[in-house]
Amino acid sequence: MKTRRFHLTLSSALATARRTTGCATDSRMAAPVGRWATPVALCALLVAATGCHKKAIPPPPPPPPAAATPPAAKPVVEYFTAEPATINNGQPSSLRWSVTGATGVQIDNGIGSVSPNGRHAVYPTGTTTYHLVATGPGGQTDADATITVSSPPPPAPAPANPSSTIQEILSHQVQDIHFDYDKSEVRAQDQAVLQADATALKQIFSLDSNFVVTIEGHCDERGSAEYNLALGDRRAGATRDALAALGVPSDKLKTISYGKERPLCTDASEECYARNRRAHFSAAQ
Amino acid sequence: MRTLPAFLIFLFGSASMFAGQQITGQIVKNPGKPLIAVTDFRASGSAADLMASFNSTVRADVESSPLVNFVPKTLYPLQVPQQPSDLQAGVSAPSAQATTPQGNRLTDWSLPPMAANYLGMGYGADNNGNLVVFGWFYSTAPNMPSLQQAQVFGKIYTAALTQEGAVDAGHRFAADILAQFGGKSLVGTRIAFVSNRTGSKEIWVMNWDGTGERQLTRYGSISTFPSASPDGRIVAFTTYATGFPAIQLFSLDTGRKLPFYNQRASMNAFVTFTPDSKRVVFSSTAAGGPAQLYMANADGSGLRRLTSSNSIEVEAKINPVTGTDLVEVSGRSGFPQVYQMNLEGANVRRLSAGTGEATNPAWSPDGSHIAFAWTKGFEPGNYNIFVMDVSSGQITQLTSNEGRNENPSWAPDGAHIVYASKRGSQSQIWVMNADGTGKHALTKSGSNEKPVWVNAEQ
Repeated sequence: MKTRRFHLTLSSALATARRTTGCATDSRMAAPVGRWATPVALCALLVAATGCHKKAIPPPPPPPPAAATPPAAKPVVEYFTAEPATINNGQPSSLRWSVTGATGVQIDNGIGSVSPNGRHAVYPTGTTTYHLVATGPGGQTDADATITVSSPPPPAPAPANPSSTIQEILSHQVQDIHFDYDKSEVRAQDQAVLQADATALKQIFSLDSNFVVTIEGHCDERGSAEYNLALGDRRAGATRDALAALGVPSDKLKTISYGKERPLCTDASEECYARNRRAHFSAAQ
Repeated sequence: MRTLPAFLIFLFGSASMFAGQQITGQIVKNPGKPLIAVTDFRASGSAADLMASFNSTVRADVESSPLVNFVPKTLYPLQVPQQPSDLQAGVSAPSAQATTPQGNRLTDWSLPPMAANYLGMGYGADNNGNLVVFGWFYSTAPNMPSLQQAQVFGKIYTAALTQEGAVDAGHRFAADILAQFGGKSLVGTRIAFVSNRTGSKEIWVMNWDGTGERQLTRYGSISTFPSASPDGRIVAFTTYATGFPAIQLFSLDTGRKLPFYNQRASMNAFVTFTPDSKRVVFSSTAAGGPAQLYMANADGSGLRRLTSSNSIEVEAKINPVTGTDLVEVSGRSGFPQVYQMNLEGANVRRLSAGTGEATNPAWSPDGSHIAFAWTKGFEPGNYNIFVMDVSSGQITQLTSNEGRNENPSWAPDGAHIVYASKRGSQSQIWVMNADGTGKHALTKSGSNEKPVWVNAEQ
């Protein structure tokens, strides 16, 4: 019998193995295809040849009993349930079972041998069918319990994050105001920038009425640090006043002077000096 | 004037004596000021190695003083006295002299080529683990009836038996010499300054000669614009540590913060103290508008507004002598200029010429001069240090073609000025004589700026 089996074609060997064993694993074994066909089939053969054959082959039905000997009864699964049977992902469910007339009870999915009556908490992450096999002198009885796991509904799409929007506006739409040397008046050529800044700032405050913007006054490196501290303060103040005149609430605008302590660049060139003579906008700390 | 006849005799006598010889004269730095010779002090034992530090310190201090002239040591006789018993009294007549001056004859020091008016001498010793220096100072005038009367002073200087101790003793001996000519000692004075060597601008303090640097603040923010109370106990400065530029006061005794009430303003900065150290003037935007001058008690209480201009008013410096007027920097006529006013904010007059930018005014200790930084003749930002006689308006330029020079501050002796010089990318603290000579750097680590001379504690 064994010898002949090894001469069968692979597919028929597989079919034979399935037929012969009835192993639970067989039912989940997809038909191997392509280059995996041979090793999987060989595995199935090995399983069929070794692991399953002892217990898996049901004994032939006994001869009709003599009148005096009642046949051995199969185990009876009184119940095998999951409560609740439907859970959300992450919630527990409880398997409960009661079996009579069994010498052994097994539940798959990693639960293993259990007592005839019991309960077991499980946390399936997807819909799972638990398979209970009760084995007794009279044979075996199967029962299934399925827990349906429903994914929770996806959260409502996140509303646009106001703080990141504000930062976006603040860093990209609110532009620096620049100044002439030793001057703190907003220049005529900067009025368009100022107007755009006012619009953007109003938008920021409409998104978050508690938001406060700091106007930093900066200077180029040429004047004295002392005078420049006061000059930067004047530039920040002049910018605040000009924005207030355009309707920006001035109580949401703080001013600070960094004098020439925080230059954008340090070249000794008029281009760099001009970049550093600025009012810059940042989120108030 | 009674010394004149004898002096003339010596002049003529020495002229005939040295006829035909090559006489090396000396260039006198401060004409009309006394010539001082100081011998090299020697010592035995463990003090011997320290005397070079002592000698170089004495020479540097005397040489750098505008009050006297230092006689170069190359002109001295080979043998020099070390103590009074080495000295012989003055000689009676030129004919009695040898052909070259003898170091142990006191009056010979008044002869060419030394032509010294005074002689300092002495020696050092290791006394039970301390450095003890015996220092004497003599007049070399030939008409002194005795060595005792020729002696100006003789003192014992005790210091640690270390190089630092020898430097300290040298400073004290030199200070005693200069005190004879009106010099005020700098011993115990310090210089507060700003350094970024830790990565952020902090207030530092060092001894006046550049030794003993130590960090006063540790805010990791921007701390700058130091100033000092005249009693030498408080350093005030401006810091962003609390978010906005605000004034803080530190005790130099304890290194700890002192209470100061800051006005609610976008900036409070630039503290100057009254001569009694009890009140301050500073700049604040407390009223809105540009920074204005305010007066308050030294804890910030009792505020009184001094100026009401529509321009920036910063860097007030109260007159250290009168205590009733100040100089400051104002933008009221355009680019910043130095103005003087009284402590009511009245009697305003512009001191600087009105051209360029004039800033960083600093009073001399006697209130007669201000040093300031000015862009005269240069582009904006190219500052040099100038000194102005406040009463006459006469101006002397002390730096030129040596980088950007700012923030002068006078030493309490009125003879030195500390300032910041930026030559290249970094600024360093420099000291010079009040006439612009003897410039040398005190710092070299990181970028250092805004020095202010702190009086010795009173």
